[in-house]
Amino acid sequence: MTGGGNEGSGAGVVLDKVAFSHPGGAPMLFDLSVGAGEILAVMGPSGSGKSTLLSLIAGFETPAAGRILIGGADVTDLPPARRPVSMIFQENNLFAHLDVAANVGLGRSPSLRLTREDREHVSESLTSVGLGDKARRLPRELSGGERQRVALARVLVRNRPVLLLDEAFASLGPALRDQMLDLLKDLQARTRMTVIMVTHDPQDALRISGRTAFIEEGQVREVGDTAAIFSQARSDALRRYLGAGSRGR
Amino acid sequence: MARVGAVPLGIAALSFVTLLAGGAFLGLLIEGARDWQGALAAFDAYLFRVARFTLLQAVLSTIVSVVPAIVVARALSRHPAFFGRSALLRLFAVPLALPALVAALGVLALLGRAGYFADLVAALGGDRWPGIYGLSGILVAHAFFNLPLATRLFLQSLDAVPADQWRLAGQLGMGAWPRFRFIEWPAIRASLPGVAGLVFMLCITSFTIVLMLGGGPAATTLEVAIYQSLRFDFDPARALALTVLQLALTAAVLAMLFRLGAEMTSDAALSVSARRHARPGSVETVLNGLVIVLALVLVAGPIAAIVTAGLQADLSRLAGEARVHQALATSLVLSALAALLCVALTTMMVAARQRLASRRRLPGPSWLERALDGGASLILVVPPIVIGAGWFILVRRFADVFALAPVMVVTVNAAMAIPFAVRAIRPAHDEAAARHDRLCAQLGIAGLDRLRLVDWPVLRRPLLTGFAFAMALSLGDLGVIALFGSDAVQTLPYLLMQRMGSYRTADAAGLALILAMLCFLLMMVAEAAGGRRR
Repeated sequence: MTGGGNEGSGAGVVLDKVAFSHPGGAPMLFDLSVGAGEILAVMGPSGSGKSTLLSLIAGFETPAAGRILIGGADVTDLPPARRPVSMIFQENNLFAHLDVAANVGLGRSPSLRLTREDREHVSESLTSVGLGDKARRLPRELSGGERQRVALARVLVRNRPVLLLDEAFASLGPALRDQMLDLLKDLQARTRMTVIMVTHDPQDALRISGRTAFIEEGQVREVGDTAAIFSQARSDALRRYLGAGSRGR
Repeated sequence: MARVGAVPLGIAALSFVTLLAGGAFLGLLIEGARDWQGALAAFDAYLFRVARFTLLQAVLSTIVSVVPAIVVARALSRHPAFFGRSALLRLFAVPLALPALVAALGVLALLGRAGYFADLVAALGGDRWPGIYGLSGILVAHAFFNLPLATRLFLQSLDAVPADQWRLAGQLGMGAWPRFRFIEWPAIRASLPGVAGLVFMLCITSFTIVLMLGGGPAATTLEVAIYQSLRFDFDPARALALTVLQLALTAAVLAMLFRLGAEMTSDAALSVSARRHARPGSVETVLNGLVIVLALVLVAGPIAAIVTAGLQADLSRLAGEARVHQALATSLVLSALAALLCVALTTMMVAARQRLASRRRLPGPSWLERALDGGASLILVVPPIVIGAGWFILVRRFADVFALAPVMVVTVNAAMAIPFAVRAIRPAHDEAAARHDRLCAQLGIAGLDRLRLVDWPVLRRPLLTGFAFAMALSLGDLGVIALFGSDAVQTLPYLLMQRMGSYRTADAAGLALILAMLCFLLMMVAEAAGGRRR
C-alpha cells in the first residue's frame, strides 16, 4: 500500500524506519504504512509503544532517525499544530474553564477569533455529534461520553485528513463505547479521513477497523485484515496477548 | 506561560535572586578585605556569648513548642468530634497569619510589666509583676507561633494513620498507653524530625521577636546584633563577623534538615476529620480537655490581648494622623510591589523548571533544573537581615543608604516570600501544564493566545493566593525596614517600632491591631483563592 494520494479528504501515513527511545527506555523502531481513508486499529501490550507511535505521528515526540510522511509530504520536522493531524486523548481533550462552543471553536482559530461562518460551522459540527443544545455548557457539566463527543466535533471543524485516537473511548462503558465507535464510523464515512486508533479491546477493532496492527516491544509485529488477524493469529506473541478466552468473543 | 522563552525567563529570575544574595556577599567581602583585622577582632567573647544565646533560645523554643504540641495533637486526635473543634483548629492557624511584630506586642500587652497580667496580680494583692522580658518572653512568643503550627502538623500525621489500625487497637482492647506506644508515637516520630527542624529554623532566624522582647546584651541573637551593629554602633566589621557566624549556623542547620528530609515551608492543612474510634476513658478525657484548654489559653491569650489593647487605643486619632496615613500608604504600595515581583519571579522559575523537566532526555534533572529548584529556597539559607546588612555595607560607599529603602524592602521581601509562593503556584502550574501542553501544541495555541485563553484563567487563583500570601508577609516584615527605614521612608511596622521606642504603647497597640487586620484579611484572600480552585 502506498502512502501518497490525496483522493477524498484522507491522507496516507507512512512511518519509514522511525527510531525512537524514551529516556532510559528500550529502543523502538516503527515501520508502518496506512492508506488514505483507512481505519487502522493499533493493539499491543501496555508499554509496547502504541501511544508513542501516535505521539510520533502527531509530533509530540521527535524521532531519532527515519521519516514520517503524511499525504506524501515529509512532516518529520513540523511542529504538532502544523501537521495535517487531529488527535483525541483518553482524558484532557477539553479546557475545563472554557465552554463547549469555545473548546470546539479553538479547532478553527487558536486565538478564538471566530467569524460568523466559523460559528456556524461550530454549531453544525456540534449538532452532528448530537450536542447541538449543549454549546454553552462547561466540560464538568457533561458526561464522559459527551466530553469525547465535543472532542470529535472539534476534529470536524479542524477538518484535518488524519485522526489519531489514543484509547479515546477506553474509560466509557461498553454500550456507550459502541455508540461512540458508530458515530466515529459515520463521521469517517462522511469525511473519508484516515483514522488510526489505539485500543486494547478486540471488539473495538472488529467493530470499525478494516485492518489491525499489532505492536510489541516497540515494533510493528503484524498488520492485516482485522477479522483475519483475530481468527488466526499468526505469531505467538499475538496469541499470548489475546489469550485463549478473548478470541471470537 | 508562554512557552517561547520560558527557560531564558526562568534563568533571568534566578539571576535576579542570585544577584540579590550575591550583592550582599560582595558588600561583606569588600568590607572584609578592607578591614579584616577589625572583622577578626570582632570574634570576641561577646560575639560568642551572642552565638551561644542564639542557639540556646532556639533549642529551648523548639522544646517548649514541640513537646507540648505532641500532647495537644494527641488529645485532639483522640477526640475527633467535639463542639468547637474545628473553630479551635482555625484559631490555631491565626498565629501563622500574624506578623511577628504584632505577636510580640500581644505577648507584651498580656504579660509585660504594664500588661493585663500585671493588673491581675496587683488586683489580687501580689507583688509587682516584673514583666516578661528576655529569654522567657522570647520563649512564650515562639511557643505562641510554633506550638499551634507543630500541633497541626502532628495532627496531620495522626490523621494519616489508617482507620484499620484504630479498629484493630479497639479489637485488641488497647488502653491509652498501648495505643500511644504502638500507634500514635510511631506516626508522630516519623514527622518529628521535620517538624522540630522547621520550628528550630524559624526560631534561630527569628529577628523581630528577639528585637522586641529580648532585652539588652544578655538576650540578643546574632540577627539582632547585626542590626544593632549597623544601626547603632555603626561597626561594619562587627556586622561582618556576626553575619559570617549567622550564615555558618543557618547553613549547618539547613544541611542537617535536608538530611532529615524536612519540608521547610510547611503550612499545615486544616484537618477536621470526624472519624471516630473507641471512646477514651473518663480520666483520659479530663486530662485531654485540660491540655486542650491550656493550649487554647496560650494561643487565644495574646490574640485577645492584641484586640483589646488595640481597641483601647485612640484609634480615631490614629486614623486621622498624617504620619499613619503615610506609613499605611507606603506599606501598602511597597508590599504590593514586593508581592508582584515575588509572583513574577516565582512564575518564571516554576515555568522554566517544568519546561526543562518535561523535555529532559536524561533520567535525572540537569544542574539548571536543580538550580531553579534551589534558587527558590535560597532565601531560607540567607536570612533577609543578612541580605539587608550586606547591601547596607556595600551601598553606603556609593549612595545614601536610606534613599535605597524602598528598593531593598521590595526586592528582599519579594525574595523572602518566594518559597511560599512556589507552594501556591507550582502544583497548579505543573498540573495545568501536564493537562494542556499537548492539547495546546496540537491546536497551535501559543504565546499570548495561550496566556489569554488558557494559562491566565487556570492560574489566576493560585497566582492570587501567592500574591496575597507574599503581600501579607511583606506587610508585616520588620527585618529590612528596621535597617533601611528613616524619617523619609516609614512603613507601618517601622512606625509601630518607633512608637514603642518612645513609650507610646497605646499607639503601638492600635497600629498593631490595624496591621494584624490587614494581614489577616490578606491571608483570608489567599486561603479563599487557594481553596476554591477547580
